[in-house]
Amino acid sequence: MPQVTRRRALLAAAGVVSTLSALGVANSTALADPEPRTGARGADAGAGADGFDEVFQGRRIQGVRTAPDASAARKGGHSGHSGHGAAGGQDHSGHATEGWSVRIDGRDLHLMRNADGTWVSVVNHYETFDSPLAAARAAVVDLKGAQLLPLQTGGAR
Amino acid sequence: MNIRKNQARLSRAEKRRFVNALLTLKRNGTYEEFVTLHSTFFLSDQDAGSRVGHRSPSFLPWHRRMLIEFEKALQTVDRRVTLPYWDWTQDRSPASSLWAPDFLGGTGRDLDGQVMDGPFAYGSGNWELKVKIDENPFLRRQLGLSPRAPELPTKAEVESVLAIDEYDTEPWNSTCATGFRNHLEGWRGPNVHNRVHLWVGGQMATGVSPNDPAFWLHHAFVDKLWAQWQRRHPRSRYLPAESTDQVRGFRATLPPWNDVTPADLIDHRRHYFFDTDFFPFRGREDGAANADGRGGDGRGGDEDAA
Ligand SMILES: [Cu+2]
Ligand SMILES: [Cu+2]
Repeated sequence: MPQVTRRRALLAAAGVVSTLSALGVANSTALADPEPRTGARGADAGAGADGFDEVFQGRRIQGVRTAPDASAARKGGHSGHSGHGAAGGQDHSGHATEGWSVRIDGRDLHLMRNADGTWVSVVNHYETFDSPLAAARAAVVDLKGAQLLPLQTGGAR
Repeated sequence: MNIRKNQARLSRAEKRRFVNALLTLKRNGTYEEFVTLHSTFFLSDQDAGSRVGHRSPSFLPWHRRMLIEFEKALQTVDRRVTLPYWDWTQDRSPASSLWAPDFLGGTGRDLDGQVMDGPFAYGSGNWELKVKIDENPFLRRQLGLSPRAPELPTKAEVESVLAIDEYDTEPWNSTCATGFRNHLEGWRGPNVHNRVHLWVGGQMATGVSPNDPAFWLHHAFVDKLWAQWQRRHPRSRYLPAESTDQVRGFRATLPPWNDVTPADLIDHRRHYFFDTDFFPFRGREDGAANADGRGGDGRGGDEDAA
């Protein structure tokens, strides 16, 4: 099937083929603390501005601020969703940007920041949230129990 | 000649051929290439960086090219197949024939969101997801259950967006307060395109949305709305004319194909027609009946006449 072959070659040349990992075990760097502090911080809305660790609908969600991701900040290195669940550092206009690492049951939830300061996640990629915590909770609802897989993108451009 | 039809007017045989072509592409691996292509761009298109497929002026031409490629792939299986479009201003219910077992199948079950009927149910054995963001291999849907998208966009809402004169505006991203493109895409205004993804839910709302075949019918309609807007605003042009360091101008090539520009894609009739293009003098409700290529002057029916 020449057309299929041609397209595959085209996509391969563009680095598009096989950039999303379809299999594999999650990056199982479960955080050291085995005892989730249920609800404590996430409950107060405002919410999780400095990080959060709560059980929401039976799933543990954790978010920590990280240093702006160096690889994302690299000029021309547009990896919207970084490979390690850390988002941020993507504002190339020179503003200091914050980074976040968010997990659901220890698995990375990929976040991306919008220019207006809101967030989108890989689970809810067509809507925006005011905070990483709000994005994490929405993802829990929409995953309906599913466990996240690590995501590999990039190299498309 | 490719004529894209309203899905509500497909015959049983047409639905069957479309579904069979999808299942064949799934079986031979081609389908996954399209999911990956879309996701790769969707997950890296960003407001403050390079953006081609989303949150940028080339949102419409980029998806038009992807749909053309996908339609060609379907036609390698069955050359009579074209992409149907889903007019969600009309077919707004989970009970619509679109979601019947002989077409896309219905909503997901409560337990895990799994679609249980139709050709794309995991249990059919023909639709295992490969490009995934979570471990589950099955298609999920939550038709109309997102609290943030209880209803599909209405005709009036679409009208308000089609009325916008300017195609797009600075800063050419998801924050544009004006401009047809950002309002149609849905980051501002009544939320048109994005909201349909949320309304369907499941994978349709995620970074791997083409896993749900509904993706193609939705985008075929978004593409049609672009054509309707063009007829309504004959003086409006694609903007920006020139590329910036982050977005593509009218004559800039679009990756990953790199052999096509917005200029090449600006007139859909160079590539395909809509059933409504052929019956300019009939009302919008019945104007699209069984288009068979007869008639029409190629100027297109002004179905969105005020
Ligand atoms: Cu898209
Ligand atoms: Cu879309």
